[in-house]
Amino acid sequence: MPDNSQHATETVERALASTLDSVDSAEELVLAVAQRAGFDDDDLMKIGMAVRESMVNAVVHGNRYNANKKVRFAVTHNGHRLTIRIADEGEGFDFESLPDPLAPENLLRTSGRGIFLIRSFMDEFEMRHLEPGGTEVTLVKYTVSK
Amino acid sequence: MSVKLNTRQVGDVTVVDVAGRITLGEGSSALRDSLRDMINKNQKKILLNLGEVNYIDSSGIGELVSGFTTVTNSGGQLKLLNLNKRVKDLLQITKLYTVFDVHEDEAGAIRSF
Repeated sequence: MPDNSQHATETVERALASTLDSVDSAEELVLAVAQRAGFDDDDLMKIGMAVRESMVNAVVHGNRYNANKKVRFAVTHNGHRLTIRIADEGEGFDFESLPDPLAPENLLRTSGRGIFLIRSFMDEFEMRHLEPGGTEVTLVKYTVSK
Repeated sequence: MSVKLNTRQVGDVTVVDVAGRITLGEGSSALRDSLRDMINKNQKKILLNLGEVNYIDSSGIGELVSGFTTVTNSGGQLKLLNLNKRVKDLLQITKLYTVFDVHEDEAGAIRSF
């Protein structure tokens, strides 16, 4: 449990292209901030994977690799919590329609586990619709356990 | 490094040594192509050695499930070997650990086919 109370707020923001390279870039940017914030290897793996899954959703399912659409990405560490926001410009989706990947009938599905993994690995996770279109997700990991 | 696949034959079992990252893009498609190739060659006993896999995302998990289903539906068996803690944890939280036949010892895994 690192003591980061002395750390100043650090924010990194980017407008990323709708490519898989951006997925790698976002993961690297977050991990650099999270390492400076003092998260251990296990948390770094969880944070990195949650960001990767969120970016894949934005690039692949949201913006559908559209070169004219961007993924807005921001990571902030304020000493107590690491907050990541990822927003796409896609058509959005019905949050209530996500199937439960742990239901027996869904166990052998080849997709549909991304948001479940994000929820499992982060302390907070929110999704919201953007106007006129798009989806923004907010991921939070506490530097110090509640 | 993305993913590196090396295939070897031990008796009638095809062992695939997988190393690196199985993630959306090159990593998961390489695994998919390799498994499809084995199925086309009528190789029915496949052991995936994941000991050197240091990262797998939901797309990679999907490829493991897809491979398992395809091999099983073609009358074959796909088993997993040498899961590290991270991969094992992932399969446990997604409730897939009990779906796959998972082994920690190669000789024992080969005998189990």
